[in-house]
Amino acid sequence: MRDGNIRRRRHTVIAQLEDRPGALNRIVSRCRQRGFDIESLVVGRSETPGLLRMTLVVDGGIDAEQVVRQLGKLVDVLDIRDVSDEDTLVREMALIKVRWDADRRTHITEVVRAFRARIVDVSPASVIVEVTGDEGKVDALVRLLQDYGVIEMVRTGRLAMLRGPAPSHPPLEQLEEAYEYCPVPQPR
Amino acid sequence: MQMTGAEMILECLIREGVEVVFGLPGGANLPLYDALPRYFPRIRHYLVRHEQAAALAADAYARVTGRVGVCFATSGPGATNLVTGIANAWMDSVPVVAITGSVVRGLIGRDGFQEADITGITIPITKHNYLVRDVRAIPRVLREAFYIARSGRPGPVLVDIPRDVQQERAEFEWPEEARPRGYRPPVEPDPRAVEQAARLIAESDRPLILAGHGVIIAQAYDELRELAERANVPVITTLLGISGFPPDHPLYLGMPGMHGMHWNNLAISEADLLIAVGMRFDDRVTGRLKDFAPRARVIHIEVDPAEVGKNVRPTVTLLGDARVCLRRLNGEVRYKERSEWFARLEALKQAYPSLVYPDDPEEVRPQYVIQKIYEMTDGDAYFVTGVGQHQMWAAQFFRGRRPNSFITSGGLGTMGYEIPGAIGVQVARPGDLVWAICGDGGFQMTCQELATVAENGLPIKFAIIDNGHHGMVRQWQQLFYRGNLVASRLRNPDFVRLAEAYGILGLRAVRREDVPAVIDRALRHPGPVLIDFRVKQDENCYPMVPPGASLQETIGLPEEYRALAPKPSAVEVES
Ligand SMILES: Cc1ncc(C[n+]2csc(CCOP(=O)(O)OP(=O)(O)O)c2C)c(N)n1
Repeated sequence: MRDGNIRRRRHTVIAQLEDRPGALNRIVSRCRQRGFDIESLVVGRSETPGLLRMTLVVDGGIDAEQVVRQLGKLVDVLDIRDVSDEDTLVREMALIKVRWDADRRTHITEVVRAFRARIVDVSPASVIVEVTGDEGKVDALVRLLQDYGVIEMVRTGRLAMLRGPAPSHPPLEQLEEAYEYCPVPQPR
Repeated sequence: MQMTGAEMILECLIREGVEVVFGLPGGANLPLYDALPRYFPRIRHYLVRHEQAAALAADAYARVTGRVGVCFATSGPGATNLVTGIANAWMDSVPVVAITGSVVRGLIGRDGFQEADITGITIPITKHNYLVRDVRAIPRVLREAFYIARSGRPGPVLVDIPRDVQQERAEFEWPEEARPRGYRPPVEPDPRAVEQAARLIAESDRPLILAGHGVIIAQAYDELRELAERANVPVITTLLGISGFPPDHPLYLGMPGMHGMHWNNLAISEADLLIAVGMRFDDRVTGRLKDFAPRARVIHIEVDPAEVGKNVRPTVTLLGDARVCLRRLNGEVRYKERSEWFARLEALKQAYPSLVYPDDPEEVRPQYVIQKIYEMTDGDAYFVTGVGQHQMWAAQFFRGRRPNSFITSGGLGTMGYEIPGAIGVQVARPGDLVWAICGDGGFQMTCQELATVAENGLPIKFAIIDNGHHGMVRQWQQLFYRGNLVASRLRNPDFVRLAEAYGILGLRAVRREDVPAVIDRALRHPGPVLIDFRVKQDENCYPMVPPGASLQETIGLPEEYRALAPKPSAVEVES
């Protein structure tokens, strides 16, 4: 995770995976071995039982085509694509625990409202702020809240989905159709 | 039909056409071994003396037959002993299915006796792997494993099966087809790419074909030859591409790269087009990448999409099986006269000889031994090598006439491959002659397998190129580490007596004149033979591209060697 104002370009790769033991291990292992430094990796269930959706963010200096091809080769990966230049909706969520006392209450509340974030937990000395948005927004909010004293922060990393009606990955039937059988060499 | 997991495994092997298994038993795969005799002789089992040899023999068996090689090992140390062999198959795209026993399900993850997380360990060196927790899944998993191993770009697959799963009974249900939906290797190249490739070939005045292991894997020998002849393009084969093209063909130029032909390294730098078929631009081929083939456009014919653009960015890519791609391409190419280019190549060959060496009667030159073996077998044999100088000389002087007869560990460079590799080949080709060209270092990494050789009467001829050193290490220390020879000198056992201890005929050659006689004796002996060739100890292997250097910086043969090259018409060559 980089801080400061200069945000390097990153690649966003999304994929659909089999939900089975070792799938995530294989993905992470391949990234490690090939030197694809992972900036963030989010994996969770999808609309289809048995299938997971993954959003992977890697540094812009890495050859995204290699990422797609190296990971696409894994048997667990049903479909994978680089959506960095596509019209995607990108979101990240963060929980930020901030110091809180009578003097700062209104300020913090205002900042939170301006960012359309929410206060989701209140204790006498602290609040937890929940924010969703692209990374720029989350970064900006964190910077502002730093003035009040950020105690801790957790972030999910980037989630991405194509905008518009088309699914981000082809439906399964289409995958099966695209099946090209490989001629197995005749043993001699 | 109801059967145990162990029986299911063997039933699956038979249905997949497996006839041969290399392995070694232990606690976690005893149920499998218990069931094995019931499947004799449809399945033959070769007991190795170290599991590494089981994996390497399965690898070599797979290379020569094009079938999946199979090996068995028990959990823990048995499984980890397979790792080198699995990595070897991974690096060289060889279809191997490794079946390991694992500790009972209840002990997995609890550091039970002889537990090793072998599926975790082998993730980076397998195409895929499985831990089977349900006996009913065995047929589907093994069917998938075989399909994955042999299709697309072949490679190893490991299946780990707990002992109690092998013992459980269930109904055996054989799936007609088991192809994981996330696995779709490409087959057919894009027709537009084929056209474009044909156009590049037609435009090119100085083209070269670089043929790799993919040609052999796809058995595309005829198609490669047709492309070369039809389009009139000379052929270079990588280490693993050797024997993919006839070595006596007028278009054949030999091997490129670190110990390749000097002329090839210079030709690649002058070429305006490289047609790379089933090769992956390994650093041993390209030298310093940034200076590789600076004038060339590249057509990459490749089955693994991830290899495209990994090292070299092609102008055109034909994705698919090498045989299918070459057939399509052959339909589009036309003959083109390229006499200037051929004249230039001829001039390079004359100016940069790479296959000459002094011939003195008192010393046995390693090159001479290797050349003599090819000669005296008329190239009609399988050649299996270890790793090091002898491997490079075997590659340089290769004159085998059979397609796919040069079996060597390329990507991983696994010393010790020579013995289990030869076992795998001889088992696959019982009636044929198999020569193992061995290093005295590598030989001792797997020489316990002489027991396997003797026990099965495998009539392999082992030629130890005995230079009393880890020769290639000695060469590097001499050239790049100020001659500081550390741990490269070998104090060897008496190899002849070692052979005899295993019940194998042992012979020795110490002078040049002994060489033909011992080879002849070995050829006449019906059983296995080991020959200890006491060769000149300090011979270095040239040409050589120093590590990290470009192909243009190839160090040629020493001056006194070059002087020995036949000099026909004087040709002027400026480099
Ligand atoms: C398993 C393994 N360990 C170490 C090496 C490094 N290595 C490469 S060549 C070589 C020396 C090989 O010696 P030998 O088998 O005698 O063959 P020679 O070079 O003398 O022909 C060594 C140690 C290797 N390739 N494989």
